[in-house]
Amino acid sequence: MTQSTSPSPVRPRPAIGAALSAFDWRQNIIYIGFLIVFVVFAMTLSQKGFLSSTNLLNVFRQTAIISIMAVAMTFVIGAGHIDLSVGAVAGLSSVTTALALGSWGLPLPAAVVVGLLTGLVVGVANGFLVAVVAIPSFLVTLGMLGIVNGSAQWLSNTAPIPIQDDTFTFIFGSGDIGPIPSLLIWTAVIFAIGHVVLRKTTYGRRVLATGGNSVAARFSGVDTRLITFLVMTVMGLTAGLAGMLFAGRLHSGRFEFGAGAELSVIAAVILGGTSLFGGRATVIGTLLGSLMIGLINNGLTLASLPTSQQFIVRGLIIILAVALAKKR
Amino acid sequence: MADVPPPPTAPTPQAVTMRGITKSFGGVPVLRAVDFDLRHGEIHALVGGNGAGKSTLMKILAGVYNHDAGSYEVDGHPVDFHTVHDAQAAGVGMVFQEFSLIPTLNVAQNVFLTREARGAAGLIDDREMERRTRELFATMSVDVDPRRTMDELPTAFWQLTEIAKALSQRARVLIMDEPTAALAKTETVELFALMRRLKAQGISIVYISHRMEEIFEICDRITVLRDGRPVMTANVGEVTPRHVIDAIVGRKLEETMTYHPRQVGDEVVLEARGLSTATKLRGIDFQLRRGEVLGLAGLMGSGRTELARVLFGIDGLQSGELLIQGGPVRIAHPGAAMANGIALIPEDRRAQGLILAHGVRENFLLPLLGRLSRAGFVDDAEGDRRTKTFISRLSIQLRSMAQPIGTLSGGNQQKVVIAKWLGTEPRILIMDEPTAGVDIGTKGEIVGMIRAFANQGNSVIIISSELPELLAVSDRVLILRDGAVEQELDRGDILHEEDLHHAIQGVGVPA
Repeated sequence: MTQSTSPSPVRPRPAIGAALSAFDWRQNIIYIGFLIVFVVFAMTLSQKGFLSSTNLLNVFRQTAIISIMAVAMTFVIGAGHIDLSVGAVAGLSSVTTALALGSWGLPLPAAVVVGLLTGLVVGVANGFLVAVVAIPSFLVTLGMLGIVNGSAQWLSNTAPIPIQDDTFTFIFGSGDIGPIPSLLIWTAVIFAIGHVVLRKTTYGRRVLATGGNSVAARFSGVDTRLITFLVMTVMGLTAGLAGMLFAGRLHSGRFEFGAGAELSVIAAVILGGTSLFGGRATVIGTLLGSLMIGLINNGLTLASLPTSQQFIVRGLIIILAVALAKKR
Repeated sequence: MADVPPPPTAPTPQAVTMRGITKSFGGVPVLRAVDFDLRHGEIHALVGGNGAGKSTLMKILAGVYNHDAGSYEVDGHPVDFHTVHDAQAAGVGMVFQEFSLIPTLNVAQNVFLTREARGAAGLIDDREMERRTRELFATMSVDVDPRRTMDELPTAFWQLTEIAKALSQRARVLIMDEPTAALAKTETVELFALMRRLKAQGISIVYISHRMEEIFEICDRITVLRDGRPVMTANVGEVTPRHVIDAIVGRKLEETMTYHPRQVGDEVVLEARGLSTATKLRGIDFQLRRGEVLGLAGLMGSGRTELARVLFGIDGLQSGELLIQGGPVRIAHPGAAMANGIALIPEDRRAQGLILAHGVRENFLLPLLGRLSRAGFVDDAEGDRRTKTFISRLSIQLRSMAQPIGTLSGGNQQKVVIAKWLGTEPRILIMDEPTAGVDIGTKGEIVGMIRAFANQGNSVIIISSELPELLAVSDRVLILRDGAVEQELDRGDILHEEDLHHAIQGVGVPA
């Protein structure tokens, strides 16, 4: 008997109280945090070109691939799961796509299919093991991280595989349409889809129900195993796309691409206000979360902080943001 | 029965004296100048509707909440607890409604959590803790192995462990919040025996409960709270359950719990033939007719809940057959049950019925998402419309449709669960303990809903451990024992609640 488990009894409250309690800091801290970081950098770093359109587009470019994976991760975490293998999957798909275009001599559309299929296969395997065999997603994807990364090293003999196909690199991350980088278009499209699916479709509602209380969801007729399988599968597919964007942006396939990206992706989702325990998720928050990480990286680089110190400051900002977002 | 609490004239200090206790949450008064007295060695019932303030009052006494105004004394000493530890140090222990035990630790580890016995070098001495736990259970005259892990043990043992935990801190005042809510009849009998032994040792007990019958069996005095005010304090011998219920609801409720014979159709809507599962059920046969309310009675573990789960497709059948409207159906998952017009109000609304962090509307719409889907998109306007309809039809009290459901009172939460399933327009409604942890006013409303639903030509299967409620609605009662139907009773054959008690306990009904 150490603590109370139930909240205070609820009675109808006056309107002002209702309005105040409706303003949930945990939901909104990301907007405030984003604004603060932006304003602070704009004031201190404007001399160094922080506000220039080139620099701001650069922030988008640098964070696009993380952002795209973060959209799918929002669904995974919203459903009460996690995927640690996404960075490795992106690396593998960059390798298979580069091989398909290069030594296998496949035409561009076929190579794209190879890249997406790479992610899909891993996603299906993750989904099957989590949903059907019922192994916790943390363990499944931790194991998968090793398997996938090892496969990528093996396939590529740990060497980078160059990509000569200009059409591919133009579409997947290197090209600009007018002043707009193709990566920005990818990001915008994926976020728009993610937001609408989460907020407006029955699938999105069922994902949140599964993460909120999987027993109650099952008792309500939600096929929670199917939902779990789908979020993991879509995550794999999206990581496959992210791998191709790495490959297009850097004109090569390499197993190191995406190494450690899972941590930035998860950080972006949680910073954005999605609950690490599932049931509460926001794609818009995720967008701001990943942009905030991008802004911090960019600002610290412009401030000419050495890489070692950048790591420390970034870590502190993330912990601070999550601490502020905690309910009192 | 008195409208004003007796004046505090006791010459010796009482175990607890509370005077003018006032408490508001977010500007809303929950307790308005409450006086409460607990004598040494008495069992004092504290009753009232949900939101009447009884849990809040006791949480103030247990140091969970701080009061806004008023004062209280324990053993004649003025106290003001700011934490649970303060209260424990003064000998006040609370057995929480939601158990405060860690399922993965064993009994002894839970009893001594944060107060572990230390041996040489400051390491935890598990042996010593087990020995002391065994001693505690010996003084309680119950037999529990301190080395068993909590999640291997049935609910009744959790209760006992909670009590042992309080006693291990030398509690002289024990607050029990709905201790029998999850217990079967036999377990309740044992708990009462234990409470009597504790009372004989001079321990004072505050007993929060909705169950009138139990209060009159075990308690010495009773205090009723309504809307944060004490409206009655009396010796149990001087009042009747009817007085108490009237005080709780503030209006007469006599008719609600009376059964009126109803006309039930001949058409069989659901038929079970030899339903068996790997774990519990052994060849269950029954028929459910159109417009009928069928009661399932039996002890804890008799297979009532297991039968409900099978009918709703949560657990699989090993053998047996289900027919709906005379046609065989296979119900392998809840979706299939819903497609066949079956709905289930599950036994545990917090774990199985609701997603507590989500809003009222999201919870209400969850089983309806398939129907509100337009090419995969949710028709939000229609969803809002339906939610509003049901909120007003069931008179659910809330601030907004988006209000997280975990912040509603138990009665209103249960109404949302019922609304959620009535919203699917079922023809067969299965209800597992639909009024557990619900105040008496809401209980009456739920009984009314069941009758109205059946009167529209729908059928209901209801499981309830509260026999007055089961008898108020059921047209027929099946008695289950050890996973089989032991007896089938027409409502007309049950003259008294006693008959049903006997049937459930297996003593047979006097013909």
